[in-house]
Amino acid sequence: MNSVAFIVIAILTLAAALAAASLPKLIHAALNFAVTFVGVAAFFFLLGAEFVGLVQVFVYIGAVAVLIVFTILLTRRDVDKDRGFNWSGVVVAVAVFGGLVWAILGTPSLPVVAPEIPALPVKRIGEVLMTSYVWPLQCVGLLLTAALIGALILVMEDREEVKKVK
Amino acid sequence: MTPTLQLFLIVSAALFCIGLLAALSRRHAIFILIGIEMMLAAANLNFIAFWRFTPQAEQATGVMVAIFSIAIAAAEAAVGLAMVIAIYRHYRTTNVDQLDQLKG
Repeated sequence: MNSVAFIVIAILTLAAALAAASLPKLIHAALNFAVTFVGVAAFFFLLGAEFVGLVQVFVYIGAVAVLIVFTILLTRRDVDKDRGFNWSGVVVAVAVFGGLVWAILGTPSLPVVAPEIPALPVKRIGEVLMTSYVWPLQCVGLLLTAALIGALILVMEDREEVKKVK
Repeated sequence: MTPTLQLFLIVSAALFCIGLLAALSRRHAIFILIGIEMMLAAANLNFIAFWRFTPQAEQATGVMVAIFSIAIAAAEAAVGLAMVIAIYRHYRTTNVDQLDQLKG
């Protein structure tokens, strides 16, 4: 594993994440959110999970980021009004980060170097998905269907309200 | 030197805490959703890192968990953004401080 690539990807990902969390304009934050997920996908490629990296790019940048931008445009009138920032969240986040780093550095079995493993082809992922993980796969399919129908029903306009407006 | 498991865990902890910061301190509902998505991505990074650093890689457990987690995160984003739009229609605001109808 290349340490230069690791450092570059880590700096890009964390800088974009910080920008997404702190920029006042919502649309800039959404674009930095997309860059953050490019960085996470690059981490997946670095770790040898190319399929998950591609899924990450398709799902997050292709779907979720576009969905967020559409929501920002639909609720646009409100965007520039609230600039509130709660500083107690910074304290909580720094405390959690300190606790996590303390736990990671205190675990003696963690500093291992990556072992040599065979590459994971997509064919193997498909086989595993259709044999040992077939019930989770069906459950996720059901969950996605229910979630998308629920999202549609949530944003459907009330018939009576539409009539009143007319 | 090559990056060890520790470094990946520290990067993912940093990403998680930035997501937590966005979810806790911003007042706009879409920012809170962005923070939650970042925390989920940090969890996925942990799954993949632990999968890569164990010798039994051909069972692909971490990859499978990460794929299912991405699918559930996508469902969560769709429902969450639909709720933001529904709330905006009712109250004409997406500032979570003003949504205090249930306050005792």
